[in-house]
Amino acid sequence: MNIKENSIKMIFLASGLLSIFILLGIFYLLFSNSFPALRDVGIKSFFSRGYWNPTAYSVPQYSILNIIKGTFMVGTGSLLFAVPLGVACAAYLAEVASPREREIFKPIIEILAGIPSVVLGFFGLVVVAPLLSSVFGLPNGINALNGSILVGIMALPTVVSLAEDAVSAVPQEYRHASLALGATRWQTLKNVTIPAAFSGVLAASLLGMGRAIGETMTVLMVTGNALAAPSSFMDSVRTLSANIAIEMGEVPMGSLHFHSLFVVGLVLFIITFIINLLADIIFDRYRKGVSM
Amino acid sequence: MEATMNLKDKDFVPFKEEQPNSSRVVVYYDPKSNGTGKRPARKEKVKVEKLAFYYGTKQALQNINLDIIANEVTALIGPSGCGKTTYLRIINRMNDLIPGSRIEGKVLIDGEDIYGPEVDVVELRRRVGLVFQQPNPFPKSIYENVAYGPRIHGIRKKSLLDEIVEESLKQAALWDEVKDRFKDSALSLSGGQQQRLCIARVLAVRPEILLMDEPTSALDPVATQRIEDLIRTLASNYTIIIVTHNMQQAARISDTTAFFLLGEMVEQGKTSQIFTRPRDRRTEEYITGRFG
Amino acid sequence: MTRKGISKYTREKAAFSILRISLFLVLLILGIILYDIASKGLGVISWEFLTQPPRAGMTAGGIFPAMVGTFYVTVLAALLAVPLGIATAIYLNEYAQKGSLTRLIRISLRNLAGVPSIVFGLFGVALFVQKFGWGASLLAAGMTLGLLTLPVTVTAAEEALKTVPRSYREGGLALGATRWQMISTLVLPPAIPGMLTGVILGLARAAGETAPILFTGAAFFLPFLPGSPFSQFMALPYHLFVLATQHHDISTVRPLAYGTALVLLVLVFLLNLGAIVLRYRFRGHLQKGR
Repeated sequence: MNIKENSIKMIFLASGLLSIFILLGIFYLLFSNSFPALRDVGIKSFFSRGYWNPTAYSVPQYSILNIIKGTFMVGTGSLLFAVPLGVACAAYLAEVASPREREIFKPIIEILAGIPSVVLGFFGLVVVAPLLSSVFGLPNGINALNGSILVGIMALPTVVSLAEDAVSAVPQEYRHASLALGATRWQTLKNVTIPAAFSGVLAASLLGMGRAIGETMTVLMVTGNALAAPSSFMDSVRTLSANIAIEMGEVPMGSLHFHSLFVVGLVLFIITFIINLLADIIFDRYRKGVSM
Repeated sequence: MEATMNLKDKDFVPFKEEQPNSSRVVVYYDPKSNGTGKRPARKEKVKVEKLAFYYGTKQALQNINLDIIANEVTALIGPSGCGKTTYLRIINRMNDLIPGSRIEGKVLIDGEDIYGPEVDVVELRRRVGLVFQQPNPFPKSIYENVAYGPRIHGIRKKSLLDEIVEESLKQAALWDEVKDRFKDSALSLSGGQQQRLCIARVLAVRPEILLMDEPTSALDPVATQRIEDLIRTLASNYTIIIVTHNMQQAARISDTTAFFLLGEMVEQGKTSQIFTRPRDRRTEEYITGRFG
Repeated sequence: MTRKGISKYTREKAAFSILRISLFLVLLILGIILYDIASKGLGVISWEFLTQPPRAGMTAGGIFPAMVGTFYVTVLAALLAVPLGIATAIYLNEYAQKGSLTRLIRISLRNLAGVPSIVFGLFGVALFVQKFGWGASLLAAGMTLGLLTLPVTVTAAEEALKTVPRSYREGGLALGATRWQMISTLVLPPAIPGMLTGVILGLARAAGETAPILFTGAAFFLPFLPGSPFSQFMALPYHLFVLATQHHDISTVRPLAYGTALVLLVLVFLLNLGAIVLRYRFRGHLQKGR
């Protein structure tokens, strides 16, 4: 009996442990597949001035600086779009909306999260791009701005739901204290609740950023994927994830180019890892701070 | 029931109606009675020596020496948080489930250390049944609730299960009310019926000891009365330990009473003695309602 | 006092209106996306579109192989993620003690949830395609998607387990049930509908993913259905990507792209709807139970 019970427990434990191994496995395989490129090309080449052009006839170049810049442009651009809008929605849902409104609107916003990224990318291509090109008088609307808007839409549900959690978690006493002093609900929201929820909202934004930076299909379809250094949001940019998606299908396995794409993946992995970790730490602190 | 009237304290009547099998108890109650002239030896079913219990660093029980006599009802009384429920749950090792808990001292059932390395906790819990404060029937039919225990202990034969279910429900004085509606959900029963069902469920695994953790605290007076009657009846076949907040209840149904305070056992004695001539001043203050 | 009061409340009204407008803006965006794709995609959908393979260099015909491929790859992902996710959730919720090992498992799961999908794609290439030698195949793509879905499945399954009252567990153990007897007879039965809900939501996401299957098995064009787990396959999201950006005659195939997008959306929403219906029925059930 005991043996049976213990082996059942072991099965469950093993599946729990597998998660650890998968994460370690991802890191290990990224690193080991990056290694030939890091050894032969050198880490420095990836981060020094220049372009990404591993297939050049004369001297291949491996700099991913422009790509990192493009990634962060789309990442921060999408936040500029998603955070104000998302926090406003969250504040409305948490503080102003009636329970009935909340019950209707929250699932609707969740629908947004369910739209596959490739469908959003398609929408960006056929609707947003022509719109941008006519508004800004550009030859086409395939650029960093388009990517920011689309990825922003994608990050919206994450930001809304996490920011709403953060706002709802602010203790009722704060609000009551402010209202009792004669403040209106808006003054209370603006001066007490939102500031109290600030780090929670910050963490929500960071998680939104993590998702935005890791997003592939949408940006691949609407940012144009140019390798030149971008100077404005009207420029075409290429992101780390799009770079992998474009080239991975065409490189011979085991080539230096193949391995250097794993370096790109490793960099992407590390960036999102750090952002998610930061968000996690801030969230943890926030939760502890609020519950006190 | 004349014997009960011979008690020194004339106001104290341990049970109200004539019951089969109660003579043994009565004889024990009054040594002077020459009714049957036989007096079963007072045998300890549970021996507890120098028991201490910790939740993490918080000590919940200290230096408890409290023996439980076979085929008696022992009541544990005391204010909330005094450790009586902790003591109760130590006897079938339900406290093992609390992370970070620690036990010192010895708990023996029939001379066997139940915290010894060889002990099968699952078998122990079959021998020592526990009735919870809140009735907690499973979301299954009435029949399946009672049959649950026998089934998990390997009884498959339908006729045998039927027999056990009927017998247990009869013992729990619930048979007449449910015999025509076995297939109904247990959750359709009233609170009092649910609690008797839970008692029947425990009886179905043929325990030797019945632990009851304030079994009537969630019930109305009529349902409470029925459970109390039931406890008296069951005492002839089982060793019963009951935690109660209600001193009248302890006085009505128990043979022995132990008073707990702040994790210590202050006093233990025959119920009639505890409620009429407590030895300790704190016991007296508690039972006369000066605190608690 | 009164004057001030009025301006204060006017400002409040204005501010709340702005918040409400933000919400409606988001709903409007959602509405435009759905309307655009539904209105332009609906005309393309026909019996032929749903049951025929693409023809004439993908400028005509249907998307049948892509639908079948997405179905297969999602089922494969489920075969990995569902048992593993539920088992992990059972471990975390029913067996694990508080401690560093449990923390480590939780941290890993949270991190896995944040790993970009394209990185899962790289992992799939390195492990399933290369190391395991499965090549670009249904199996490799399905396993990659399964791993991607794992954190969602674990979270959903654990939440379902948490809705089961503690009193069931204690009641079972107090009757001398072993832990596994208690879990299998008292905890899992009421938790299973909730688990299914979460699992379906996870699979809906997996079905719409493109990046992880780009190099692990999805094919640009195949006129036939995959014959074995080691075949390549067409998938709806990848097919949409191809029609939208990779085709040599993009304007001709645009209607087909709209049709594909609509089918993909409907598929994902049907899965979501199924999950929501299940959740409501489950909730009603539990309330009766209380």
